[in-house]
Amino acid sequence: MPINYYIILAIALFSIGVMGVLTRRNAIIIFMCVELMLNAVNLLLVAFSKMHYSNVVSFNPSSPVGTEAQVFVFFIMVVAAAEVSVGLAIIVMMYRNIHSVDVNFLNRLKH
Amino acid sequence: MKSIIDFVYLVPLFPLIGFLINGLGRKNLSKSLSGIIGSGVILASFIVSVLIFNETRAEGFTVTTVSLFEFINVAGLDIPFAFQVDQLSAIFLLIITGVGFLIHVYSTAYMHEEEPHHFARYFAFLNLFVFSMLLLVLGANYLIMFIGWEGVGLCSYLLIGYWFKNTEYGNAARKAFVMNRIGDLGFLLGLFFILQQFGSLTFTEIFAQAQGAEVGMLTVITLLLFVGAMGKSAQIPLYTWLPDAMAGPTPVSALIHAATMVTAGIYMIARSNILYTLAPVSQTVVAVVGLSTAILAATIAIKQNDIKKVLAYSTVSQLGYMFLGLGVGAYTGAVFHVMTHAFFKALLFLGAGSVIHAMHHEQDIRKMGGLSKKLPITHFTFLVGCIAIAGIPPFSGFFSKDEILVNAYAHNPILYWIGLGGAFMTAFYMFRLYAMTFRGSFRGTQDQQQHLHESPWQMTMPLIVLAVLAAVAGFIGIPELFAADAHRLEHYLAPVFEASTKLKNAHMLSHSTEYMLLGVSLTLIIISIVYAWNRFSKKPETNDASGFGKVLANKWYVDELYNNLLTKPLNSIAAIFNRYVEKAGIDGVVNGVGKSIHWGSRQLRLLQNGQVGTYVLWMVLGILFLYVVTIFF
Repeated sequence: MPINYYIILAIALFSIGVMGVLTRRNAIIIFMCVELMLNAVNLLLVAFSKMHYSNVVSFNPSSPVGTEAQVFVFFIMVVAAAEVSVGLAIIVMMYRNIHSVDVNFLNRLKH
Repeated sequence: MKSIIDFVYLVPLFPLIGFLINGLGRKNLSKSLSGIIGSGVILASFIVSVLIFNETRAEGFTVTTVSLFEFINVAGLDIPFAFQVDQLSAIFLLIITGVGFLIHVYSTAYMHEEEPHHFARYFAFLNLFVFSMLLLVLGANYLIMFIGWEGVGLCSYLLIGYWFKNTEYGNAARKAFVMNRIGDLGFLLGLFFILQQFGSLTFTEIFAQAQGAEVGMLTVITLLLFVGAMGKSAQIPLYTWLPDAMAGPTPVSALIHAATMVTAGIYMIARSNILYTLAPVSQTVVAVVGLSTAILAATIAIKQNDIKKVLAYSTVSQLGYMFLGLGVGAYTGAVFHVMTHAFFKALLFLGAGSVIHAMHHEQDIRKMGGLSKKLPITHFTFLVGCIAIAGIPPFSGFFSKDEILVNAYAHNPILYWIGLGGAFMTAFYMFRLYAMTFRGSFRGTQDQQQHLHESPWQMTMPLIVLAVLAAVAGFIGIPELFAADAHRLEHYLAPVFEASTKLKNAHMLSHSTEYMLLGVSLTLIIISIVYAWNRFSKKPETNDASGFGKVLANKWYVDELYNNLLTKPLNSIAAIFNRYVEKAGIDGVVNGVGKSIHWGSRQLRLLQNGQVGTYVLWMVLGILFLYVVTIFF
């Protein structure tokens, strides 16, 4: 399958994520959109890695080149999981404080 | 072996120390202590000066340069901070520190009514003044001289405006400063030309090369230097500051007029004598300006009624004679006159101060009269001063003025006859002053009459010393006419003016001509003295002058002329610039920038609204922008 399809899919996912972050007010949805952006990047990493690998393998079947990015993806997933736990904790604290998960109430940064 | 000349730096160092102590400790020093420090440092300088003077008189003395440290050394220009000791500077050292010391002692009594910290400030300035003047005469190059030159200008400003709460005195101080600055500009330009022509500012190097230089260039240099001398030594057209300088305390006037400041111009030209001798045009200019100043100031002095103003104009007039002497090549005569003038003018000013002190700050001679009985010492010494300045033998003024006039005659008889007219007027206005102050009957108030008193010893002692000097100082310069080889000053100064003397074709006057000149001048002077004495003792002028006298009393309206010709147009131009360029132009731009930044930042502030979403939006837009830029450009 041509690499273009993967790129277009990743761009679509990323854009959906960005639009979600920009337009939605619910903190949980925004959080999900951030995850979407993260995974769009993961998808790209894997796609490019695979493409690169198949290019090299055709000359030298025993080369390990092109597998590093796939390892990165696992790292990103682990870090994202940790981040999710922190982020959700923040949202819980936010709900406890203002009884809402609407980010428009959180405009204290300007003070 | 080290001689005392190697310690010449002590001479200016002592007054500098005095200045620092009095200046920094003015809040803590008692009056007597600051007086003692102020006078003591000058006395110390005087002692060192005497030792140096003795050294310079010794057989086989040669010009000595004492280098203290490297001052400026860039791009082939090397100016050391060095002092030059020779006969000329030694004699000026004696005058400055000697007369200066007497004036300091006098000041301790004259200024005793001042508050302690003002008293110490006064002495600090006085010390600084002497320090600057010493720097001026000791410098081995024009730059050190220029430092001293500026220093005396600054100190005159500080001292003339000593009573700074009086606006008029402040104006007088500013006038002195500005007029001096005009002269200083000429001096500075002269230095640049010297640097261009000779590549050095050191006296010995310049004078050694002078004979090879172009006459036109030398004329430019000497004329520019003379502009500096005009400002400092109060010659036409920059003389008007000196009479206004009377705003300062009287001892300051004595210091400015006698020992320091105004003699700077004379010293500078005497020091550069070879340059002037090689530029005859400049010499003529110097002589003509000097003579015109002498006459103009003398006519003004005739009608002044302020005791200090008369003396001030007489100083301007005497300085004119000195420049006449310099202009006709009588360098020794000019230095001689500086010296005798320092004695009798300091004496007259201090005497005037004593009178003013006794009269409780009354300076108008129309309200004095008959003071001879109440102030015997002041009266007697003042009379000595008047005789000396009028030029009656054997008092000092006779010898020095006669030397200048005889040299002027040898140069051009017209100069002599005009100069004689000035001498005639000098005798007249001095004895008018004397008669109206000390003769006749008292014309002041009852109150003043009861409080008339002779001054304390700190004031009379300097008067007596100066009177003795004014009486006998002439004997160091007895002319050839009376005794062969008796002009000791000329022998002493001969090495300094050696190069100039060689160039000058000496026109010797026959003895009969000299006797004739002497007879004429003495007769005229005695007639004018007798007339003035009689007339003003019996019938003193009490009314304001009228007719031509009014023109003289108003100083030929020169101040008004300068005012209308220069000050007012300058002020109106300044007002226009203030209104349109400063207020509308520069202020508009500066305020406009400030305002637009203020307004712009108010608009930008709205961007920070605290909504995380907006920030993210800006971030995304920024990323998109960078993306577009990297892709398409």
